[in-house]
Amino acid sequence: MSDNNKLKKVSIICSKGNLEDVYAALVMANGAVMEGMEAKLFFTFFGLDAITKKRMKKLHTATVGNPAMRMPGGLPFPTLLGTIPGVEAGVSAMMRKQMDDLDIPPVVEFLEMITAGGGEIFACKLAMDMFKLKKEDLWDDVSAVLTVGEFYEMSGGENSQIIFA
Amino acid sequence: MEKTISGQNLSFSEDGYMTDFSAWTEDIAKELAKEENIELTDKHMEVLKFLRKKHEAGDSLSIRSVGKSGIVDIKGLYQLFPGGPLKISSKLAGIPKPTSCV
Repeated sequence: MSDNNKLKKVSIICSKGNLEDVYAALVMANGAVMEGMEAKLFFTFFGLDAITKKRMKKLHTATVGNPAMRMPGGLPFPTLLGTIPGVEAGVSAMMRKQMDDLDIPPVVEFLEMITAGGGEIFACKLAMDMFKLKKEDLWDDVSAVLTVGEFYEMSGGENSQIIFA
Repeated sequence: MEKTISGQNLSFSEDGYMTDFSAWTEDIAKELAKEENIELTDKHMEVLKFLRKKHEAGDSLSIRSVGKSGIVDIKGLYQLFPGGPLKISSKLAGIPKPTSCV
């Protein structure tokens, strides 16, 4: 591929707050920065959990309503089992452990890696208003709270893409 | 792909990574760095040696592991190898193209 066709910038939107969706966005943003691309990561709706101080260390993976969920060993995961108190926490802890084994960092460290490489983190104003969040409730290195118009404005430029993770 | 660097005939992959781990020397690294417009300092060299050691031990490489090595933090790593902290450093360290996603 010629240099002219190379992707130069990605703006990634994360609207969900469960562990796997947040990580999809984090991995893609970090990967972009590592490739020397410009990366902007925009959190909205439940995705805001990933950059909310009180919640960012406690993201969960859903054990109910998740048909791809499997028991260790590969058997289907019974939905009713997922409703038992503590099961979701256990499954989430196991997911985090498995990610740690692969050298995938916890959310806060991952965000630090992205900003260390020059990536930027943003929050959605409308969702902040809905959830009654203030800028000070967010992770300290969130660059700004944006309207959708401002997001589009900064997502432009040659060879740039918007990705909905 | 073959190239002659500091008097040695070396073979490279299509992406420009050295294919013979044992042929690497510090002088080769310095020559390769010029192609990336990087002037190698002692700090760079420490990172390259760390990567070589990890690769030799069969560990998978990530910028996180370099950040935890005590040599340089992740921000510093980006400053040492702009535009490709793991890719460019691996290239200069004479190890294969990194396969990790983090």
